[in-house]
Amino acid sequence: MTASMTPDTTDIYSGGFADPAVASAHGFRAAMDVMARPGTWRSLTGARAPAGLSEAAATLLLTLCDPETGVYLAQDVDSAALRGWLTFHTGAPLVPATEADFAVGGWDALMPLDQFRIGCSQYPDRSATLVVELPERRAPNATLTGPGIKDSARLYLPDSAALQRNAMLYPLGVDLFFTSGADVAALPRSTQITQGG
Amino acid sequence: MTQEISPHRRKGWMSLLASADAARLETLFARLDAPPAHEWLRVPETGGVMVRGRTGGTGAPFNLGEMTVTRCTLKIAGGTVGHGYVQGRNKRQAELAAKLDAMLQTDAAEQVEERILSPLRTERAARKDARAAKAAATKVDFFTMVRGED
Repeated sequence: MTASMTPDTTDIYSGGFADPAVASAHGFRAAMDVMARPGTWRSLTGARAPAGLSEAAATLLLTLCDPETGVYLAQDVDSAALRGWLTFHTGAPLVPATEADFAVGGWDALMPLDQFRIGCSQYPDRSATLVVELPERRAPNATLTGPGIKDSARLYLPDSAALQRNAMLYPLGVDLFFTSGADVAALPRSTQITQGG
Repeated sequence: MTQEISPHRRKGWMSLLASADAARLETLFARLDAPPAHEWLRVPETGGVMVRGRTGGTGAPFNLGEMTVTRCTLKIAGGTVGHGYVQGRNKRQAELAAKLDAMLQTDAAEQVEERILSPLRTERAARKDARAAKAAATKVDFFTMVRGED
């Protein structure tokens, strides 16, 4: 690879897991935990992406992506450096939103929600997982109930109405991770959402 | 610090380092004046790759078979990044290959070329010739005598 093909080579190659096996096991445990307990925040660290992506989102990508998962980078995070970084560390192909297994970006940049795959009744798992970047952890504005939640949990959601529609598609629909700095939370399609509360 | 290098040249030395004998590479590496320190970007990892070929170099691609490859990426002092892809599971060889790849992109290139690449190149050519000569010795020429046909 010649220098002209890559924008800033150091950015692309650095920031991977120091100990890939251990770090991805930790990353996977965090991802599984937050998905199993919707509304719970957990810290997730280990990877550093080029500018524009939080540490939690970067770690999530390195943990979950491989050459067989298509990744969609929304406009607000998409950059040549990030594309190079993702390709070097995971080998994941970059695909349009409609074909994505994983989609990364801010909420507004990822919309509309119905452009992502929701699976089909034979294979509900063939759906997209969204990694939604939140600039900050805001005060909760929605109440969550459902599997994995003892009574109810509270979480800030960027657009409760759209996510309620997503939950109504169950067992189809998309699953979401919310990342902010070094923290991650999740909202699987099985969770029922009540606005405010 | 990284000067423009033609992909063709780089391909040449990557190939040479990938197929070099690990012990020989280690011996040659010891002849370098001051091998730089490095920092890992991707620690050596071993995996399988599917080798594909094209008949005559132009036909439809076909899978030739899987082979074991060890790869790593590192950054040497000065910031130059080097990649090492070698056949087999020798992690040290991958490390040396990556380090030499990085050095070949810096001012140390001449020294590496002279003390490591050219001996390796000569040896590889000699191996190839010896094998070709051995094969040539077994060549049988068929010819037909004039048959007594009317």
